[in-house]
Amino acid sequence: MSTARGSFAGWQFSKPSVVPGFGLALGFTLAYLTLIILIPLSGLAWRSAALGWSEFWAIATDPRVVNSLELSFGASLIAAAVNVVFGSIVAWVLVRYRFPGRRIVDAMVDLPFALPTAVAGIALTSLYAPKGWLGHLLLPLGIKVAYAPLGIVIALIFIGLPFVVRTVQPVMEEIDREVEEAAATLGASRFQTISRVLLPGLAPAIVTGFALAFARAVGEYGSVIFIAGNLPFKTEITPLLIVIKLEEYNYAGATAIAAIMLVISFFMLLVINLLQSWSRRRYG
Amino acid sequence: MADIAIIPPFAIKAAVTSPTSEKPLARWFLMAAAFTFLAVFLVLPLIVVFDQAFSRGPAKVWETLADPDTLSAIWLTLLVAAIAVPLNLVFGVAAAWSIAKFEFKGKAFLTTLIDLPFSVSPVISGLVYVLLFGAGSVLGPWLKSHGIEILFAVPGIVLATIFVTFPFVARELIPLMQEQGTGDEEAALSLGASGWQTFWYVTLPNIRWGLLYGVLLCNARAMGEFGAVSVVSGHIRGLTNTMPLHVEILYNEYNAAGAFSVAALLAGLALVTLVLKTLLEMRYGDDIAASRGH
Repeated sequence: MSTARGSFAGWQFSKPSVVPGFGLALGFTLAYLTLIILIPLSGLAWRSAALGWSEFWAIATDPRVVNSLELSFGASLIAAAVNVVFGSIVAWVLVRYRFPGRRIVDAMVDLPFALPTAVAGIALTSLYAPKGWLGHLLLPLGIKVAYAPLGIVIALIFIGLPFVVRTVQPVMEEIDREVEEAAATLGASRFQTISRVLLPGLAPAIVTGFALAFARAVGEYGSVIFIAGNLPFKTEITPLLIVIKLEEYNYAGATAIAAIMLVISFFMLLVINLLQSWSRRRYG
Repeated sequence: MADIAIIPPFAIKAAVTSPTSEKPLARWFLMAAAFTFLAVFLVLPLIVVFDQAFSRGPAKVWETLADPDTLSAIWLTLLVAAIAVPLNLVFGVAAAWSIAKFEFKGKAFLTTLIDLPFSVSPVISGLVYVLLFGAGSVLGPWLKSHGIEILFAVPGIVLATIFVTFPFVARELIPLMQEQGTGDEEAALSLGASGWQTFWYVTLPNIRWGLLYGVLLCNARAMGEFGAVSVVSGHIRGLTNTMPLHVEILYNEYNAAGAFSVAALLAGLALVTLVLKTLLEMRYGDDIAASRGH
């Protein structure tokens, strides 16, 4: 494609191309990225570094902060796990079965992407409130959803669902039917074919879907704050705690909690990435 | 995709014996599980929005929507989207042009940076601007002495919205333009077209449906963003209140019917987005296919 052009010590920043506009496009991209994303985010890093270790540690070990982190990450893990199970089933039904209205069901899966989170929040709250359509059915069973940790999980399931379905669905569409036929010919039951032939191939996509749903759930704010009840130590998620600190003009506290949250999510995504490359090597 | 044979599952006899399908009972179980899950988690919340909005009659809905505070929230939401979406569109095209049409060092890193806003909590997206422009920042006192308002004013809301919707257009265009390669552009250039002509008459028509798809998703998020905007807005009624924030204010005032009326408008917007998105996928699926599944 490219012809060799004079370059120092064999290093060249970009390969020569006849297509114009590289400098302009990349220049604009980098300038916009720096102004909108990099400078504000490095401001956060700089401000939390300026806090000093002892102050940072005091905020990080504050019981209210620790409690909210446990709740946020715990509820997100549960919600992402539920989404993996049901999201995979939904994707399978959409890919393999033909039924009237399949296109509509398929389109509906993206609703959580399109519906503003505040709308989802008040809708789920009114649905699961003690007098709500589902809440009044669950209350006699002793299940409290709205204004309880379970409500947070419900909201996070809602917003995370399309991430799993949309990651797993295209991979399911690519499955070669011959593999299944071969398994069946060799005497595998349908269950064995799915669990030992198909699922391993889907594992990397499922892990990716889990990671995306989880990452989104940890940071989610709009849909959760309405249904959670927001009681400190009970149903207070970390993003809400950041907002509370900001409203108290406690910028140091808000910055430190945000930094902790970013570090933990970054670390967990790193672990999931490793898990993903492992499963891709093992099964891919 | 082309398979449009609609067969009720109970009518399939052939499938029962097919080695690559589940037994009828298992099919029923899976479909029941999927439909119940979707009904409880997607359909019911959507119905409840409209049910609650109209619980006191259409007149009450109209009254809420015609209220000056609501109208100013609708206006602000439209204004913010009208600024944020075109800016991110230009950025998306520029980023996709440089990443898809050229080979350069650090490309993978740049792509990762573009995706960064997706993995940051909306609340943190707002917080970074508070830290940048707020009272305790380096810029804060200077801005104040010059009478420039960014935080708790429209510019802050626009910036936070740009931040959270930053990757949408770029993410749709990068895989699409990578798949299309540079052949068409090289042909146009060799026939004597200028760079801009090549872009307007060759590249843009090639990517138009993918571009529209990205803009659609970007716009839905821009109009619906809550967390980031909430942090920088200051919640001043009639001035810095967007539609999603207005939903919260009405809801916290125990005006549930009012909150759900505004929510119904937003839900209507979401449904329109979904319909347009589905139509785009059905009619121009191949032109945006590269971006699916990412």
